[in-house]
Amino acid sequence: MSKILIVAEMSDGKVRKSTHSSITFARSANLPFSILVIGAGAAAAAGEVTGYGAEKVLVADDASLAGQVCETFAPTIAQVAKTGFDIVAITASSFGKDVAPRVAAKLGAGYAPDISGVLSDGGKLTYKRPVYAGNAYATCQLLTATQVVSVRQSEFVAAEPSGGASAIEPVQIAPADPAAARVEFIGLDAQKSARPDLGEARVIVSGGRALKEKFAEVLDPLANLLNAAVGASRAACDAGYAPPELQVGQTGRVVAPKLYFAIGISGAIQHLAGMKGSKTIVAINKDPDAPIFQVADYGLVADLFTTVPELISELKKAT
Amino acid sequence: MKILVPLKRVADPDNANKVKVNGGKLETTGLEWKPNPFDEYAVETALRLTENGTNTKARQGEVVVVTIGPKDAETTLRAALATGADRAIRVDAGDEQVDGDLVARILKAVVDKEQPDLVLLGKQAVDGDSNQVPQLLAEYLGWPQATFAATLKSEADKALVVGREVDGGTLSIRVTLPAVVSVDLRIVAPKSVTSVHTPATHNYPDGVRFAALMAIMAAKKKPLAELKLADLVSDPALKIQYTGFELPPARKAGVKVKTVAELVEKLKNEAKAL
Ligand SMILES: Cc1cc2nc3c(=O)[nH]c(=O)nc-3n(C[C@H](O)[C@H](O)[C@H](O)COP(=O)(O)OP(=O)(O)OC[C@H]3O[C@@H](n4cnc5c(N)ncnc54)[C@H](O)[C@@H]3O)c2cc1C
Ligand SMILES: Nc1ncnc2c1ncn2[C@@H]1O[C@H](COP(=O)(O)O)[C@@H](O)[C@H]1O
Repeated sequence: MSKILIVAEMSDGKVRKSTHSSITFARSANLPFSILVIGAGAAAAAGEVTGYGAEKVLVADDASLAGQVCETFAPTIAQVAKTGFDIVAITASSFGKDVAPRVAAKLGAGYAPDISGVLSDGGKLTYKRPVYAGNAYATCQLLTATQVVSVRQSEFVAAEPSGGASAIEPVQIAPADPAAARVEFIGLDAQKSARPDLGEARVIVSGGRALKEKFAEVLDPLANLLNAAVGASRAACDAGYAPPELQVGQTGRVVAPKLYFAIGISGAIQHLAGMKGSKTIVAINKDPDAPIFQVADYGLVADLFTTVPELISELKKAT
Repeated sequence: MKILVPLKRVADPDNANKVKVNGGKLETTGLEWKPNPFDEYAVETALRLTENGTNTKARQGEVVVVTIGPKDAETTLRAALATGADRAIRVDAGDEQVDGDLVARILKAVVDKEQPDLVLLGKQAVDGDSNQVPQLLAEYLGWPQATFAATLKSEADKALVVGREVDGGTLSIRVTLPAVVSVDLRIVAPKSVTSVHTPATHNYPDGVRFAALMAIMAAKKKPLAELKLADLVSDPALKIQYTGFELPPARKAGVKVKTVAELVEKLKNEAKAL
């Protein structure tokens, strides 16, 4: 029977929650799996994923793995994959998208990017994945013995612990690619935020170009009230009203919260691709013909600058 | 600096909601071919790296564009030539004949021939949304990769400082050339690309440049070479097989609410979303 190697992503010394989507993938494929926790500080974080039913939790911890330079991670991931694994799975975060193809190329493996579903048919796996900005779903099979997939976080609901305690085992660090000598990590410029991550939030408040310089002033109080993550359209990010990492869409973060507010967002195809999977969508836009209304469960044709403060006070009354 | 820019044409992405599925097959009939937007950004980036921004006529280096596709994909190459690329290569292949892996292996062979200092690609082709060719190519070449580049600073044409857009913010790395770089949306902002050839005070217009009519005419005379797939790759086997397509389930139509109070009432009692 095939075995899956899940590559856990780390951030701030912890296993990122996005990893739990790859665990859900492995459970859906109904195959035994191990989890490779890789990065500087991985040994201390490994205990976080021992309760999910993995055969083993493998640890690759080394100072050379600080800084998430793909050329240092890929060789060890590939080396571990060769110790009896048939499928390598990694969540399709920016880290996963960067490293997964490189691992596939090292293994001579086929790669199914950003999969949204998996079907097991007599041991052969068929993957489902969105194409054309989520306007169609393709089914595909990989024609190689070893396979690599990246897993769409918004479509594989984060796994819950299943009990038990997987054994933790250190693995050998492979020598870095020669190319690694030509990459120097300078730094990660991250905006520290107390808000939940876009991929994990129950509620997301997203704003568009219409918010202009008042983006944070208008949306933050609403987001704070709802303990929501803040998202943005491309136009809002391009104009500098919101930082780029907040972009939701085909080429930004793909999200599926319980509740999504699209405020002053027109609803271009590329934006819809990133949020159409949300459970309930609310749109506030002053243009009654804005395409966002075609996907919204509740639409309010109104000026956002008066509506959002009103919404905040009504919500306070209601909760 | 010599830069190779691989380009793909895609069915009009602004009308992607018009794709149809017929008998499990995907149909894009009626959708016009457009250059993949990220590849247009890659061409613009290549031009900015190889010119003095205050005098964009003279190239300080060479920009070569390449596509793997059928004859009609040459339109995309000509468009890139018209904006300033120096020459073009088309590797003849039907769209169904290649997958991302084979494209990367073909590109490796083209790189081996052309010996560029830098390969600049779009971060993803917005038809398949795969986001894989740049990374695969980097591994096949054994070169460093810098994906999702939002800013690029060229240091004496020998190294690049790249600001990469990642989930947590912007990650900066320095790569020594030759390297593979894939570009993100904001690479075409006025100050995203800094080259040694352009004064630091220079501001580019936001977005990509358009070709003047004269340049479009002149581009017809620029060299466009055709290469055969079989001359570049001995094993053209595919690693992925698409077996079917379906349309996503439609969202059920929503309602317009009249007041904020009504919205909150519905969110609370109907959607139970609060
Ligand atoms: C290659 C490529 C990739 C892309 N990827 C993405 C992506 O990942 N994510 C993404 O979002 N976009 C993406 N885009 C851009 C996308 O096509 C749209 O341009 C963008 O989403 C528009 O942003 P917007 O809705 O904020 O702005 P606009 O389209 O300008 O809409 C602003 C809206 O605000 C409304 N409005 C104005 N004033 C008010 C007011 N006072 N009160 C209420 N409403 C008001 C207007 O009616 C309008 O509907 C991509 C584009 C390309 C080419
Ligand atoms: N057929 C092709 N010909 C040339 N370049 C391609 C082709 N397919 C993909 N690319 C390049 O690879 C990038 C990423 O594509 P993809 O990995 O398919 O999302 C694109 O933006 C192009 O630069």
